[in-house]
Amino acid sequence: MIRLLSLIRLFALLRKEAIQMRRDKLTFGMMLGLPLVQLMLFGFAINTDPKALPAALVAPTEDRFTRAMVSALELTGYYRFTYPNASTAEAEALIARGAVSFVVTVPSDFGRRVERGDHPQILIEADATDPSVASGAVSTLSTVATQALQRETGTTPTPEAEAAQLSVIVHKRYNPEGITQYNIVPGLLGVILQLTMVMMTSMALTRETERGTMENLLSMPATPLEIMLGKVLPYLCVGAVQVAVVLAAAKAIFGVPFVGALWLILLGVLVFVLALVILGYLISTLSRTQMQAMQLTFFFFLPSLLLSGFMFPYRGMPAWAQALGEVFPLTHFLRLIRGVMLKGAGPADVAGPLWALALFVVVLSGAALLRFRRTLD
Amino acid sequence: MTAPAIEVRGLTKSFGGRRVVDDVTLNVARGEIAGFLGPNGSGKTTTIRLMCGLLTPDAGAGRVLGHDIRREGRAIKREVGYMTQRFSFYEDLTIEENLRFVAGLYDLRPARAVVRDTLADLGLTSRRDQLAGSLSGGWKQRLALAACLMHKPKLLLLDEPTAGVDPKARREFWDEIHARAGDGLTVLVSTHYMDEAERCHRINYIAYGRLVARGSVTEVVRDAGLTTLMMQGAAVHAAAKRLTGMPGVEQVAPFGNTLHVVGSDAALLQRSASAVAQETGCTLSPAETSLEDVFIRLMSQSQDNMS
Repeated sequence: MIRLLSLIRLFALLRKEAIQMRRDKLTFGMMLGLPLVQLMLFGFAINTDPKALPAALVAPTEDRFTRAMVSALELTGYYRFTYPNASTAEAEALIARGAVSFVVTVPSDFGRRVERGDHPQILIEADATDPSVASGAVSTLSTVATQALQRETGTTPTPEAEAAQLSVIVHKRYNPEGITQYNIVPGLLGVILQLTMVMMTSMALTRETERGTMENLLSMPATPLEIMLGKVLPYLCVGAVQVAVVLAAAKAIFGVPFVGALWLILLGVLVFVLALVILGYLISTLSRTQMQAMQLTFFFFLPSLLLSGFMFPYRGMPAWAQALGEVFPLTHFLRLIRGVMLKGAGPADVAGPLWALALFVVVLSGAALLRFRRTLD
Repeated sequence: MTAPAIEVRGLTKSFGGRRVVDDVTLNVARGEIAGFLGPNGSGKTTTIRLMCGLLTPDAGAGRVLGHDIRREGRAIKREVGYMTQRFSFYEDLTIEENLRFVAGLYDLRPARAVVRDTLADLGLTSRRDQLAGSLSGGWKQRLALAACLMHKPKLLLLDEPTAGVDPKARREFWDEIHARAGDGLTVLVSTHYMDEAERCHRINYIAYGRLVARGSVTEVVRDAGLTTLMMQGAAVHAAAKRLTGMPGVEQVAPFGNTLHVVGSDAALLQRSASAVAQETGCTLSPAETSLEDVFIRLMSQSQDNMS
């Protein structure tokens, strides 16, 4: 008579959860508002490839080569010469107090050396206290400089050739203009989902324990599987709405390209969200109060944010940190979503991360069902 | 069919090395209203949870409605209605929504009709759209009772059901319980109100995890073997001070303008009390020993045993 899963009982649990979500206006609003606010803030504010950074120019001799060099640098978009006529001492002071990020020094014999073909040199000093500030600007430098000089010394290039040369300067595939948002927005989808899904699910179940309703639920004939599905499915729906909001915003507001197949994106998102919701459920079986659930969520959230490759380049981390990063679903999701959205990766290309996410689902739900206390012991 | 509603032996449960329930044996016949009494923290709630399968006993065994408490917890859950000490329904759901939820969990059909009948039966129809969180103590209790009764259980386990409920609602609640018991429902109710204990057919007294007395109210009072004297007069307060600690005097309790003096050695008690009565000019007369006197005595006794 008592089966492991009764649709009637499951429906009763789902219906109850839906009413509770509807009544809790603040939380419900948060679930929809949070993704939008985060998307706007992160999408527009975070920029790991900053441009138009203030720079000072130290150029005692004003000749055509110097001018060519300066305008080439300005054309890269990284440099904005806020102090175009600085002396060496002034420039030193400016960079020391952080008024400029770069000091470009063109020596007085620069023009002569160019004409003689005698290893002309310019000096760029970058404020490398924040490495990401300097890296982009510095990496484009040698190509820019060489090309600018070739133009001046050789024949005047056509505008087409000039444009082509400039596009080569930025050595970034899949994102030729180096727009951080292309990288950030798909990743942000993962981060937003991770935060809201894990936290909401873990708190929803702990709330039952905290308010004493769990005791009641356990004294009635509901099976652990039903209770788990009754919690997981509603939040899966909330996750689906969040996904729709973020993807629509990515397309409409940030113009992130959708190179790959939409169904593959959605499949990846579905498996990822499932893993997250079950993770939240697992956390709730470990914590007795909502506060504990929240703390555990953040304990998990912060390292995954830092090590997954969302904030810092994954390949830039030491091997042990990369290995640690593998244990977070977010790491795999980022590979999947960036691969599909930006590079147009097909199912075969993202099979790895997809299987990894599926493995999370299986392992986490097994653990959650084992951990679930059918009794109050 | 004629198996007793509850028959458990030697139930023991420890939490963190502390024995909360220690070798409790309990029998409740069908159709009986059994009182489960004892001071706070004496293990009443834990014992009830053990019996309805919410906790697994460390030792001991037994049957509830003929089902083994260790193995057949799910069958017990179907036939038992358990009302928790703390209100444990959803405060953000209305009365009707809460009942619909419970009806779904028990797979009661047709759910709509069952809920409607339950609402009418317990006089909740007029408030069915009110959020449970906004109800007063009495109405919350009524909702909880309705939810426990909806699936027509054979045994009702009530854990301090009348805490925070006003006297009128309490009276109505007990009338309801008695009416159901008349129809054959077995009820185990924990309480520490003496007047409620006296409404039970039989009482079981538990202190510090051990069952220390059981029987009908008269039996428990008689078995305690206490003598009670009543002292009256203008100087009862002075008398109370004098009496405390005298030979044979175990309890001195003021009741308004009178003083209850209780002891287990009748002769010794009589001698001490008469002396004080003469000294203070109070009158002395024999009185009925109350259940409360017995419980206070049982409590201090168990404390002695513990140390």
